[in-house]
Amino acid sequence: MSEERSGAAILVESLVRQGVEFVFGYPGGAVLPIYDELFGDHRIRHILVRHEAGAAHAAEGYARSTGKPGVVLVTSGPGATNAITGIADAFMDSIPLVVLTGQVATNLIGTDAFQEADTVGLTRHCTKHNYLVKDPADLAATIDEAFEIATTGRPGPVVVDIPKNVQVATAPMFSGAPQRPKRYLPRIVASAEEIAEAIELIERAERPVLYTGGGVINSGPRASELLREFQKLTGAPLTSTLMGLGAFPADHPDWLGMLGMHGTYEANMAMNQCDVMVCIGARFDDRVTGRLDAFSPGSKKIHIDIDRASINKVIPVDLGIVGDCATVLDQLIEAWGSRKPLELAEWKARIAGWRARDSLAYPKRKDGAIMPQLAVERLFALTREHDPIITTEVGQHQMWAAQYFGFDKPNRWLTSGGLGTMGYGMPAAIGAQLGNPERLVIDIAGEASIQMNIQEMGTASQFRLPIKVFILNNEYMGMVRQWQELTYESRYSNSYSDSLPDFVKMAEAYGWKGIRIESEADLDAGIQAMIAHDGPVMVDCQVAKEANCFPMIPSGAAHTEMLLYGDQVEGTMDDEAKALV
Amino acid sequence: MKIQHRHSERHVLAITVDNEAGILAKIAGLFTARGYNIDSLTVADISENHAVSRITIVTNGPPQVIDQIEAQLERLVPVHRVVDLTQAGPHVERELALVKVAGKGENRVEALRLADVFRAKVVDTTTSSFIFELTGAPDKIDTFVALMRELGLVEVGRTGIVGMMRGAEGA
Ligand SMILES: Cc1ncc(C[n+]2csc(CCOP(=O)(O)OP(=O)(O)O)c2C)c(N)n1
Ligand SMILES: [Mg+2]
Repeated sequence: MSEERSGAAILVESLVRQGVEFVFGYPGGAVLPIYDELFGDHRIRHILVRHEAGAAHAAEGYARSTGKPGVVLVTSGPGATNAITGIADAFMDSIPLVVLTGQVATNLIGTDAFQEADTVGLTRHCTKHNYLVKDPADLAATIDEAFEIATTGRPGPVVVDIPKNVQVATAPMFSGAPQRPKRYLPRIVASAEEIAEAIELIERAERPVLYTGGGVINSGPRASELLREFQKLTGAPLTSTLMGLGAFPADHPDWLGMLGMHGTYEANMAMNQCDVMVCIGARFDDRVTGRLDAFSPGSKKIHIDIDRASINKVIPVDLGIVGDCATVLDQLIEAWGSRKPLELAEWKARIAGWRARDSLAYPKRKDGAIMPQLAVERLFALTREHDPIITTEVGQHQMWAAQYFGFDKPNRWLTSGGLGTMGYGMPAAIGAQLGNPERLVIDIAGEASIQMNIQEMGTASQFRLPIKVFILNNEYMGMVRQWQELTYESRYSNSYSDSLPDFVKMAEAYGWKGIRIESEADLDAGIQAMIAHDGPVMVDCQVAKEANCFPMIPSGAAHTEMLLYGDQVEGTMDDEAKALV
Repeated sequence: MKIQHRHSERHVLAITVDNEAGILAKIAGLFTARGYNIDSLTVADISENHAVSRITIVTNGPPQVIDQIEAQLERLVPVHRVVDLTQAGPHVERELALVKVAGKGENRVEALRLADVFRAKVVDTTTSSFIFELTGAPDKIDTFVALMRELGLVEVGRTGIVGMMRGAEGA
């Protein structure tokens, strides 16, 4: 059975077939046929953002918090180029997105037509795959494959560029799933030999460490359950990357905290001193490894990852297993069978020694100024019972959120890890709130980052989304200032946040509630007022301006060379270290 | 501070891909984006229904980078398979060149004589020039071109390498 329909109609039907609830978008000339098709169609809700980067980040927030793919719709040229930051962000953090971009009509492509940009060319290296659809008859199969590619294997963004005449022209539309060859077949299951080899390494470990990452979150909530089970079976201590927070409960005695540049002393020391490292869904990012030649020198390394290109990319491993985290964990649990947990008393005693350094300690203030670390701790304590979803911007506040907010479930922590995109947090909170209407969603922000997508306040107002933006306002691009302190003898070149708006008035201008917190005495009341308000809130929490983020592995240093709070830090670095960023 | 360079080895990769728009740009772009080298690249449609192309890339890099190149290529959706011929064992590498030589008298005779030694075919002749067609392993072509340089070489066109495993098995 088929009937003749326009490309735009086929597209909308294909989205409905995929179960799409929301499309985050912004109209323009090259997508008008699609917008007309969406008009009055109540099966899909279009969320009108204020800037296309906001659409992409909102779709990321939706995807990361629900596990479902985020869908974006933007016009050609500037619509597509504006969305690219969000697409690149999703690519780095493996977030499933399907991004639909309008394109000039096929006969105009290549003529420098109005609002023409080579979207397929521009997004080639920041998408998992992309398409230019030249015939409406190809649309249904293309959309079907785009969703499959975005959501299976290592997830990622897929761009489908659709020329305007392809949206208008007609083709037969068939009921039922489109027929197409299946050409994308990621490896999911590990071989029995690989599992046996892994078990053999793990069961003989005296100083094991589980090092987990965003892949566990991407693999779905079951992966987090299986991770907990596997940890319990082996007794191995566990650390996680920034992207993996929430897969393992932060109040567990074997939780080492986050590792890497701003990770805990115990996590980094355990990585350095372990004899068997099991990396699950993480990718040995340079923020995690520190100096490569000093990275965990004495360990056997097992790396489980769905992306074969992640294995041996930066750190050569002894056993690489290509597969899905949940599936492989399941296989490992099965193969572990009735073995007893490892005898790790000595190892855990050493870890306790490192833990006793209390690397997250920070100085208390007597003048009433709020230490940003304390603000995050209080935010955590006071919102805990709500099981909130936290998003962040990028900078010191992001690291403090990661360090002092305890996560115990997956899909509660949304942050831009790989690309480190300032401006991610508020649109991501919007997407998360739409996907989780009953939940408390908070963007822990910096005063500089929040201005990068501040226009999305209007989106939250329009769609009645009660998101909370909690700004740790230190009047600095604090992370930049911290590096200038460490590396450039405190020459604060352009890192002061001058001419800040009055955030409370700005909140009110958008119909939000604005709250200002100026001293420690007001902190709890301010947070409680934020939670209590049934609507969007912007909190300007003015914190100690000079606070820095510790512990820290300076660039070019090893895991064992961490700086803790109170260490003498101002200084300079040699060129090799400066070049490492 | 100086930029460091690492030791590298040469590898020939045979890549089977869906013959779709943009695939060549995707592959070539992957090499530039990730800082890999391309020494030569050839591509042509190889299937009856024009659905599949074979790309041969000669690259060089440290072993770990070669492994990454293969993994990164395999990650592209339209890529069916990547075979590292250098790694896989005995294989044949061939290239075709067109070599134009102009000259008169003794040089002309000598060019023709050498062409015969190299089994190059004359595919175009004027009273003052030849175009030779030569196939062979790349160093044979290098040698021939070097000899012609002394005898009035005008221009060279080379296809780049295609390669295939020896024996009955397909790659
Ligand atoms: C789009 C973008 N531009 C520049 C940077 C570099 N950068 C990283 S952190 C930072 C400062 C962030 O300042 P703020 O939001 O106030 O956070 P703080 O570090 O003070 O907590 C900058 C400029 C970035 N990560 N993203
Ligand atoms: Mg700041």
